[in-house]
Amino acid sequence: MSTVHVSFTALPAHVRTARLVALAVARRAGVPDELLDEVRLAVGEACSRAVGINVGVAPEEPVTMLLSDDLSRFTVEVLDVGSMDGAAPLDPGSIEETINAESGADADAAVGVEALPPGFGLAVISGLVEDVEVVADGKGTHVRMAWPSTTVTVPGAQ
Amino acid sequence: MDLSLSTKTEGDHTVVTVGGEIDVYTAPKLREQLIDLVSAGSYHLIVDMEKVDFLDSTGLGVLVGGLKRVRAHDGTLRLVCTEERILKIFRITGLTKVFPIHASVDEALAATD
Repeated sequence: MSTVHVSFTALPAHVRTARLVALAVARRAGVPDELLDEVRLAVGEACSRAVGINVGVAPEEPVTMLLSDDLSRFTVEVLDVGSMDGAAPLDPGSIEETINAESGADADAAVGVEALPPGFGLAVISGLVEDVEVVADGKGTHVRMAWPSTTVTVPGAQ
Repeated sequence: MDLSLSTKTEGDHTVVTVGGEIDVYTAPKLREQLIDLVSAGSYHLIVDMEKVDFLDSTGLGVLVGGLKRVRAHDGTLRLVCTEERILKIFRITGLTKVFPIHASVDEALAATD
């Protein structure tokens, strides 16, 4: 098994870096090309969520991303320091209702990411990735995602 | 790749051309742009996403927020997108039922539904 361990300050700007690292490691691990966009999006969602949680709970605590591959699986685990929130149900009907219900005189109030229910990012991950697990251990939440891989033999690699 | 934004007026529509990556870092720029347009009285928006390379749920949230704002003024927000990797997140989240998604800006401009 080979591993890559990335730890970064909980800043939105670093999420892109995490995505790029995950994509590079996934490619090296032999994740099929057609799954690489899925890896990029799912890792981005997991890291965005973790950044948001850490910023709210303990901004000085870094977000950690562990990438590993064995002979057949590429696994990404993203760790935050907050408590677990559930995946929001992906219900376009309720989003539509929210949009229309709150479209009144107060509509100029700030709306944006808050227009989607909390947990939406986790729901996207669940919708994207077949092998996903979210667990809380008292110190934080682990979002673990895995994809099939075929490890590429690199000359000179251990 | 950072986010690029440009706008142009087509009749009573404003076309916002977006390029690059819409994520937790860049989405606030798009959000500000949409807010500025609605504040300036542009209530019929077309967001051209053909040059968008990456979109996550933060970006979706901004688009939903934009839709909410224009609806408050009986406006519309249409998307232009044919890229499968971007369309996928709309399908997964069911937001294809919330946003009219068109294959070209001309098609979006001609739409009346």
